[in-house]
Amino acid sequence: MISVTLNKERCKGCGLCVEVCPKQLLQLDAKTTNDKGYHPVMITDSGSCIACCSCALRCPDLCIEIREV
Amino acid sequence: MAEFRITGMHTGVPTHYCPGCSHGLIERLVMESIEELGIQERVIAVPGVGCAGLAAAYYNCDCHSPSHGRALAVATGIKRVRPDNIVFTYQGDGDLASIGMMETIHAANRGEVLTTIMANNAAYGMTGGQASPTTLLGQRTTTSQQGRTVKANGYPVHMSELLSQLDGVYYIERVTVNTVPNIRKAKKAIKHAFQNQIEGKGFNFVEVLASCPTTWGMSPVDAAKWIGTDMIREYPLGVFVDKDQGVQR
Amino acid sequence: MSKVLMKGNEAIAEAAIRCGCRAFFGYPITPQSEIPEYMSVRMPEVGGVFLQAESELAGINMVGGAAGAGVRTMTSTSGPGYALMQEAMSNFSAVGVPFVVVNMMRGGPGSGGILVNQGDYFQATRGGGNGDYRVLVLAPYNVQEACDLIQEAFDLADEFRLPAILLGDAMIGQMMETVEIKDVVRENRDISWATTGWDRKSRPRNVLFSLNATNEENEARILGIEERFHKAAERARIDTYRAEDAEVILVAYGTSARVSSAAVDTLRECGIRAGLVRPIFLSPFPVERIREAVIKPDVKAVVAVEMSRGMMVDDVRLALNGEKPVYLCNRVGSFVPMPDEIADFVKQILSKEVR
Repeated sequence: MISVTLNKERCKGCGLCVEVCPKQLLQLDAKTTNDKGYHPVMITDSGSCIACCSCALRCPDLCIEIREV
Repeated sequence: MAEFRITGMHTGVPTHYCPGCSHGLIERLVMESIEELGIQERVIAVPGVGCAGLAAAYYNCDCHSPSHGRALAVATGIKRVRPDNIVFTYQGDGDLASIGMMETIHAANRGEVLTTIMANNAAYGMTGGQASPTTLLGQRTTTSQQGRTVKANGYPVHMSELLSQLDGVYYIERVTVNTVPNIRKAKKAIKHAFQNQIEGKGFNFVEVLASCPTTWGMSPVDAAKWIGTDMIREYPLGVFVDKDQGVQR
Repeated sequence: MSKVLMKGNEAIAEAAIRCGCRAFFGYPITPQSEIPEYMSVRMPEVGGVFLQAESELAGINMVGGAAGAGVRTMTSTSGPGYALMQEAMSNFSAVGVPFVVVNMMRGGPGSGGILVNQGDYFQATRGGGNGDYRVLVLAPYNVQEACDLIQEAFDLADEFRLPAILLGDAMIGQMMETVEIKDVVRENRDISWATTGWDRKSRPRNVLFSLNATNEENEARILGIEERFHKAAERARIDTYRAEDAEVILVAYGTSARVSSAAVDTLRECGIRAGLVRPIFLSPFPVERIREAVIKPDVKAVVAVEMSRGMMVDDVRLALNGEKPVYLCNRVGSFVPMPDEIADFVKQILSKEVR
């Protein structure tokens, strides 16, 4: 099982992770904003995550951790 | 299948960078390299002044932040008296190639056993997007509002090529972080530049083409694309000097 | 070490080595180039670092880096070079990095000349950098004192976490005098604040960074400098010559004090009770000591003797705060005021004062 941790408070909604996810599992949550006023990243179907870590590699703000649990 | 853990070399302080700015990413690669090489307790950070200058709050190690442009002189002073420490500078194109050009050329020429990362985003970000020595011809900035011209601002400066003419350099590579594969290559280069210092080899210089979405007036995704279409044409990627491999361009 | 005849510049360099200075970063400039020359030989002999920087601007930042990493470090220069160091003096005062700068003054402004001069007094004592910062300034008037004061300067810099300047001039750097250089071993210097690599155990992470995130931080930093500077003021001292019963007092430092003491003797020979007060500290200026020596019923007038358009005279006036009339006897352009010139000047003003 793969656990994807998204630090929604640190996220600045830059969208770079959304663009690189090969399975298009990520998108910016248009319904909420974090304390900084950004739409943070959210994962739509974590079950389909293949743990390629592209999103984490692409994130400039250390918001994403991928673990095998 | 792989895992990705957030590096312990980051203090955890939320960064001040704009959304999609490459500084946070490049610094992460520096921190990961330091952690993977196990030199956290030996390393001393010398950030330049500019957007990346505030990284004194992010590097989880001793840090000496000097005046604008003086990073390589301060780093030289530290390294000369503490040769066993691993000393690195992380500077923007303005800090390293404009006001700090003198310190950069001479530190490289002396073959200082240092690791220097230059984030080249072709602008002065912190002060609002003015032209820098690496601004492309025709590129609009707040001090080249009709686009940079040779007549007004001279030619873009190619630091990797320039420093590769100095016998004192040991390793020079230009990389970028606009795609995941490129991020992996950039990490490899940065780690190599630290490994060289551990082995007493210097001067090590990694130029990283970086995006500055805010002052470029682009979205983070478009800024990454612009690096791939425009910047790389002016600043070709590759290894310019690697004395281990006998590379000398 | 026994008594030897040495050139000022070289004696000062040896004195620095003898009190544990183990790094020198400098740049050639007359009239102090013997110091880097000497250091280029001696530093390797004692396992220290010598590096000739590409400019004084780079050199002083190398000094700040090395000193900020906990090693006793110095540079030496003259006026034009010291001008290139002002940004760094402001920055390293702000973060409390201690080191010593030897400044052998020469003719100014601009390239000026290479001979003795005191026209950099304001730059040294007021600071040529930006913001509210302070530096310590000590002024020797012979080679022996220069050796003793540079060793004291290193200790003061450590104690008050401020850069210390040894302010000499071409005369003091170039002349040869007998000197006995002491060996001073400083084993337990506190460098817990320095960037030496963080072991994550013995102390917090050290950051030397003069940019403040908040006004509170900025204010605290400046008040910290002020507090350290005022503590240093308790050490600020003077030397006097025949001043106890004086009716007129010359105030002069460095080479000007040498000619002034000759003028005191000349005046005494023709019945005028002259005396000399010589500030050894120029920053903090020894206000209390000078007031004690000068504000006495017998003293009719005070004459500042300088080789500049008159800079220290301002500090003398500020110190005396109108208690005594203060005059300026000076020459510019690297002319040295001769003892009889000074004596004639004193006679002139005394005749006005007595009337």
